[in-house]
Amino acid sequence: MSTGHAHFSPLARFFHWLMAPLVVAMLFIGVGMVATVSQARLTLIAIHRPLGIAILLLVALRFLWRLTHRAPPLPADIPAWQRFAALASHWVLYALLFAMPLIGWAMLSAGGYPVHLFTGFDLPPIVAQDPHTYALLRSAHTWLAMLLFVTFLAHLAAAMFHGLIRRDGVFSSMARGKRS
Amino acid sequence: MSERPFSFTELVRHPGRYPGALAGLCAIGAVVLATGGAFVYVAGFAAPGRLTAQHIVNRFEGYGGVHAGFRRNHAKGVCVAGYFEGSGNATSISRAELFEHVRTPVIGRFAIPGPNPVAPDGSTPVRSFALEFQLPNHAQWRTGMNNTPVFAVNTPQAFYEQLAAGKPDPATGKPDPAKLKAFFAAHPETQPFQQWVKAHPPSSSFANAAYYSINAFKAIDAQGNTAYVRWAMVPDAAYEAAKPSGNAPDYLSQELSSRLAQGPLRWHLILTVAQAGDVTDDATRAWPADREQIDAGTLTLEHDSAQSGGDCRDINYDPTILPDGLAPSSDPLLAARSAAYSVSYNRRLHEEAGMPAGQISSIEGHQ
Repeated sequence: MSTGHAHFSPLARFFHWLMAPLVVAMLFIGVGMVATVSQARLTLIAIHRPLGIAILLLVALRFLWRLTHRAPPLPADIPAWQRFAALASHWVLYALLFAMPLIGWAMLSAGGYPVHLFTGFDLPPIVAQDPHTYALLRSAHTWLAMLLFVTFLAHLAAAMFHGLIRRDGVFSSMARGKRS
Repeated sequence: MSERPFSFTELVRHPGRYPGALAGLCAIGAVVLATGGAFVYVAGFAAPGRLTAQHIVNRFEGYGGVHAGFRRNHAKGVCVAGYFEGSGNATSISRAELFEHVRTPVIGRFAIPGPNPVAPDGSTPVRSFALEFQLPNHAQWRTGMNNTPVFAVNTPQAFYEQLAAGKPDPATGKPDPAKLKAFFAAHPETQPFQQWVKAHPPSSSFANAAYYSINAFKAIDAQGNTAYVRWAMVPDAAYEAAKPSGNAPDYLSQELSSRLAQGPLRWHLILTVAQAGDVTDDATRAWPADREQIDAGTLTLEHDSAQSGGDCRDINYDPTILPDGLAPSSDPLLAARSAAYSVSYNRRLHEEAGMPAGQISSIEGHQ
């Protein structure tokens, strides 16, 4: 196995592996809570909102770190289309991790809902109450969640592709630190 | 690292030379399919037999088609506005701020049940009253009450079946009596509701009816102790029975308007506190009459306005939106009400906005 390539920093890996399960959980919670009539709905909604805001804060910190620290370069022999797909999908992921919580917050604001985070604490609205805005944001929240899930699946497939097939160190650069 | 970099072109040309890569691709495919499949299952697509909020709302839409922009149930209503003043009495069981000696603005809505926004008011004995209390720091309390202290059924599934039994025959516009009879025979839990409706002729006005929370809720005090409560808005106006016939189609909203033109209308919010052993998850069963009652404060209504363009129109009166100091009980109807109201809300707001509704908002187009 290669040990010569660069690895993501411990902080970058911490952000990644903390946020990955949270984001995947959010997607499952989201589609589950709007379909079920069981009491799981209330529990899932109670988790969905504070977890969304937590992800917004985490992605903001992570993005600051990313802007000030380069990611390890991809191996030189990666075909151009895969290089492009890697770059584009990472920017899509960052954009959606910012957009989804903000759209959720704005959507609830436009619908006049309290943006309840936890006992005794509600966030202020960030847009005015308006049915058109609500309808637009509500649909955007669903469709961008679908896009986020598909992008996550592509990311998962690509990670496994690097780890199982190419074995080029890209997977281990995020999976673990450098061994010396 | 492999000698030559992996190439999809190479793999397609000579698949036999790369058994490891093929196994890897299969593993990737399996993981992606399993994850995607789980997602689709949780979203309710792969389980058509499972009752969802979309199913419930679709049944209402099957009653007489979609009335674009209107609530899927309790479609005909009128907006009201006023305030609630806490008496301080309920602070012994709930730390919710509005029970203190403060004034809390309220946006409400009176309505009659059914999906038809132009149904004659005389077509039903049921009246409903929904309220949004606007507490400090962006907190809210929303409640949707009926003028019956108990509900007909106690599970979402039974409610769904009741909707099928009560579906109007397109020829007569009325439900098939045989189907209704069969439903009630199969659901003895509907007895208390039926008896109550028989014994209590509907009120002549929205203003002289009492309205009940239907479900039980938790009240939480400043120390974190929990009690179970139901509530009722009990009118100052004296009850009078509605005329059995000869009422104008919109007599309830017109009568309310003329009352409010003469002055504000008041209700007392009465909390009934359960004792240990009282059933708190069954909306069909009333609690014994001797339970402690707390007058939590006075609701004053000052204004009314048509729901089209009114402040109550774009509010989803989801009964699980509660302030600190109140919480849902484990009554299974509460989550189902929340889910169905949300689907109705999303569909009608998309219609208001001129956007395709059911097929887009949430995952809810599926039947």
